[in-house]
Amino acid sequence: MSNRLSGPMPDVSGEAGYIDHPERVGFFTDTTVCIGCKACEVACKEWNLVPETGLELTGMSYDNTGELNANTWRHVAFVEQRVPAERAPADLAPPGPPSPRGALGDGEETRWLMSSDVCKHCTHAACLDVCPTGAIFRTEFGSVVIQDDVCNGCGYCIPACPYGVIGQRPGDGGAFKCTLCYDRLGDGLEPACAKACPTDSIQYGPLDELRERAQARVDDLHAAGVTEARLYGHDDNDGVGGAGAFFLLLDEPEAYGMPPDPVVTTRDLPSMWRWAGAAALTLLGCAAASFVGGKR
Amino acid sequence: MAECHPVGFQWVVEAKQRGATVIHVDPRFTRTSALADLHVPIRAGADIAFLGGLINHVLRNGLDFREYVTAYTNAAAIVHEEFADTEDLDGLFSGFDADTASYDPTSWSYAGAAAEAAAGLREEQFEPITLHRNAARSDEFGSGGPVVHAKPERDETLQHPMCVYQVLKRHYARYTPEMVEEVCGIPKELFARVADAITRNSGRDRTTAWAYSVGWTQHTVGVQYIRAAAILQLLLGNIGRSGGGILALRGHASIQGSTDIPTLFNILPGYLPMPHAHQHESLEDYLERAAGATGFWGNKRSYMVSLLKAWFGDAATPDNDFCFGYLPRLTGDHGTYRTVMDQIDGKVNGYFLVGENPAVGSAHGKLQRLGMANLDWLVVRDFSLIESATFWKDGPEVATGEMRSEDVGTEVFFLPAAAHVEKDGTFTNTQRLLQWHHKAVEPSGDRRSDLWFYYHLGRRIREKLAGSTDPRDRPILDLTWDYPTEGPNDEPSADAVLREINGYGPDGEPLKGYTQLADDGSTSCGTWVYSGCYADGVNQTARRKPGDEQSWVAPEWAWAWPLNRRIIYNRASADPEGRPWSERKAYVWWDPQANGGRGEWTGHDNPDFEKSKPPDYVPPEGAKAQDALAGVDPFIMQTDGKAWLYAPTGLADGPLPTHYEPQESPFTNPLYGQGSNPTRQVFPRPENPYNPVGSEIFPYVFTTYRLTEHHTAGGMSRSLPYLSELQPEMFCEVSPELAAERGLAHGEWATIVTARTAIEARVLVTDRIRTLRVQGRRVHQVGLPYHWGWRGISTGDPANDLLPVVLDPNVHIQESKVATCDIRPGPRPRGRALLAFIEGYRRRADEEKQ
Repeated sequence: MSNRLSGPMPDVSGEAGYIDHPERVGFFTDTTVCIGCKACEVACKEWNLVPETGLELTGMSYDNTGELNANTWRHVAFVEQRVPAERAPADLAPPGPPSPRGALGDGEETRWLMSSDVCKHCTHAACLDVCPTGAIFRTEFGSVVIQDDVCNGCGYCIPACPYGVIGQRPGDGGAFKCTLCYDRLGDGLEPACAKACPTDSIQYGPLDELRERAQARVDDLHAAGVTEARLYGHDDNDGVGGAGAFFLLLDEPEAYGMPPDPVVTTRDLPSMWRWAGAAALTLLGCAAASFVGGKR
Repeated sequence: MAECHPVGFQWVVEAKQRGATVIHVDPRFTRTSALADLHVPIRAGADIAFLGGLINHVLRNGLDFREYVTAYTNAAAIVHEEFADTEDLDGLFSGFDADTASYDPTSWSYAGAAAEAAAGLREEQFEPITLHRNAARSDEFGSGGPVVHAKPERDETLQHPMCVYQVLKRHYARYTPEMVEEVCGIPKELFARVADAITRNSGRDRTTAWAYSVGWTQHTVGVQYIRAAAILQLLLGNIGRSGGGILALRGHASIQGSTDIPTLFNILPGYLPMPHAHQHESLEDYLERAAGATGFWGNKRSYMVSLLKAWFGDAATPDNDFCFGYLPRLTGDHGTYRTVMDQIDGKVNGYFLVGENPAVGSAHGKLQRLGMANLDWLVVRDFSLIESATFWKDGPEVATGEMRSEDVGTEVFFLPAAAHVEKDGTFTNTQRLLQWHHKAVEPSGDRRSDLWFYYHLGRRIREKLAGSTDPRDRPILDLTWDYPTEGPNDEPSADAVLREINGYGPDGEPLKGYTQLADDGSTSCGTWVYSGCYADGVNQTARRKPGDEQSWVAPEWAWAWPLNRRIIYNRASADPEGRPWSERKAYVWWDPQANGGRGEWTGHDNPDFEKSKPPDYVPPEGAKAQDALAGVDPFIMQTDGKAWLYAPTGLADGPLPTHYEPQESPFTNPLYGQGSNPTRQVFPRPENPYNPVGSEIFPYVFTTYRLTEHHTAGGMSRSLPYLSELQPEMFCEVSPELAAERGLAHGEWATIVTARTAIEARVLVTDRIRTLRVQGRRVHQVGLPYHWGWRGISTGDPANDLLPVVLDPNVHIQESKVATCDIRPGPRPRGRALLAFIEGYRRRADEEKQ
């Protein structure tokens, strides 16, 4: 029963009651090789029959879907930056030139970061915890899925998600998000986005294996001088007990529109209960004291 | 490449992870630049100056791969002493005729060859050179056909002042880093990094590849861009070797295929030239020049006769020239833009548009639409009602009042097309890989494949003509038109078509390759370069063996032409003695022990050389075809077996690439008195005005391009919500400096103006568009994606409407990657007001000239 609400939890599916279950799977998104082609967005919509989001030029670089929501389960962020020239990743190629990219002069240069965001399939999924109808459940693969036919559209899960992943579908009222292509996993297929990704920026597989691979990639990048490379969402000790979808980033998560230190809303439940209990005891004490006083 | 070829770009990403350096040269910072080690911003239209600078860097510093260059190129050949270079003539080569704006290339030839064969060459070239130019027949020269008969005099020391190496050195001497900065806007330090990277990464042990797309070809000097890259790659020894090459990234799924089996007016399948009406009365006339030819084009008769047998079957006999007389003939330029002008002039009756949307996708949309409005009939085969099918009722000219629907006499037939998942067939990609795709579903409703359409159209025409005794109907009636059909729609068998393309031997068995082709009519073959794609009766193009189950060359994935060779001219991957240049780069080599001690070529790939021809083979006097090439001649399609650094013939605009300014440029040419390509094809007509050079009225450079999210003119993407929402509106990209100069606001509207028209677009102000310093002043470039039109669920003004029509003289390709414009805030005027607005610009441009 340890860590049911926060912290590391090695066997999420087991904790959810699956006795004989497959390994926990997830996504590792290596943003250093993302080319912003958005094939993941299209493949996701094609497979999951997600409606169009709207035809609006946002002006946010090449990002016209804007955010993850009920109708966007994969979202590619485009971040145009001016960075000091010396901050650009050093050359990865021994025989090549040292490489500031896109020099702007004045010691500055252009950097264009791209990153495909998705539901994190948290170890401690607040959406699941707050769902009053049981529409949201933990699958045998360790992922978190909303059942549309059970969801009553109460919307509790939406503010509960520390990443802002879930949205309510206009005209439908139901809450929707990435299912990690639950209907493909059972057939031994990888999720549609990972399948479509041409550069393997989105990698799918057993989470333990992905974490090893990700750490090796970070080590390689550091050795090549790309010191800003870092993982995000890989740590069991973070606020959500580690994410089932984690990322290799080249800047702070905020630069990509991700929260720097997400915390599952249920993490504070014990302390909240403790405070509430203490408050109740205090109240009781006060009440008792008042009676004691009243006897006089 | 990441923008337009994201799937192919995975290999670049993989190469980068394995240590490759990726350099991106582009006016804009794109999704490719984002992943590259180095982005090199360049002024649009200045690439020959950049490549010339690299060539100069190699030559000046002696960084060429000398052994390769001496043995495998024409560097040692001596050029005729009458040849005068652009250095001598201020930007012109010898032989220029100002009246016809064309060259007589006689003086470009080799010494010696000219002494013996000048008369012959003259006879063959002088007169027909205009014919050749007009009919885009450069392919008939050089690799496509023999002209240089004699082996030139050579100076193996490369010291002779008129040897190609020295001519080259003098020609590029002025392409210094300073000049590159002056012309291209590339700072010297940045240029030095590129020059250093590519030279350090070339030689015995390393190779560098160049990949390009229409950013290089769609210019008035498009062919010479590619020539410049070829010279650089040859000097560095990067052709015919793994990891080298010049890779043409194609704009559509099978553009390579539609060149091999052409949708071009000037060639027949397999790069056989289209016969000319006045020169090629008979098969003998047509093959005259091939008769004495050396190299594999010496077998042209076999290729041609086998093609005629495939098309006309039993009707083709030696007595009737194998029906050679049935083939249509050229009478001049029948290219797409010439045809559009002819449409406007009332010389064209009908037009087929098959998966093409010229009203949006071709240069100068208004010309396209005026042309199509002046036909008897127009057939449009596409997925949806594209702009080219509806311009007569909802096009821009209807809005301005220039066109009234009731005046348009063109009868438009719209026939819905099947998508690639609804039909069997092949795609041929840039690597010459034929990849078979299987039909996944039957096409719905009235949708049909192109194969279905043409087969049944031909069948019905033949039924109508059945029994005709009119000789003009014989070519149609004698065609072999017997493909089996299958399925609910009587779909012709694509498999049967592929078998026909592969070809059959005398007993009807599938050929193993083009070397089996005979010139006596005993073999048939639809496309000689594709022969072998159905070898052993197996559809080789459908092979799908995963890469990790075979060698790194992956010969069992699909099939590459010719003869499943993955890298052509790969004899050059070994040194003249036949040994790999280095262990690391070993690809094919001569194994003297093999074949019972007689030796043979072997290696990782199928050698692109006669297997048993030893490196020390010297051709006997009078040898023909491939027998005339020595054991050290890797470029087997060339008459001399050498790669041409200098092209003594075959090009309309000069033997060496030279920087000329685009037709429309803010600058004069800093290199020579000659501004733009003197032989470029212009169309001085009232509908096709050009912006003056150096105009203050049109001070900015613009370039057009594609985005990952859309496909060309939008016929395959603007009708789809999942793609349209990703790039929902036409926009322009400008630098913060230009935005400040013109008062353009991010997200608001801007109007872009040329002498042709004005379009509107939402503004993206971005650091990714760089203001460059050229000839001492700041030059702004405007980026315009060209996907949009007025139909579909995502609409916008077509960027191509801004372009003029001006063409490369060799292949008639339009200059659509660079022109000049003005830009101002706000949406464009509507209706008639738009015409008055443009008229005002034209008037001011005229006044400025005076």
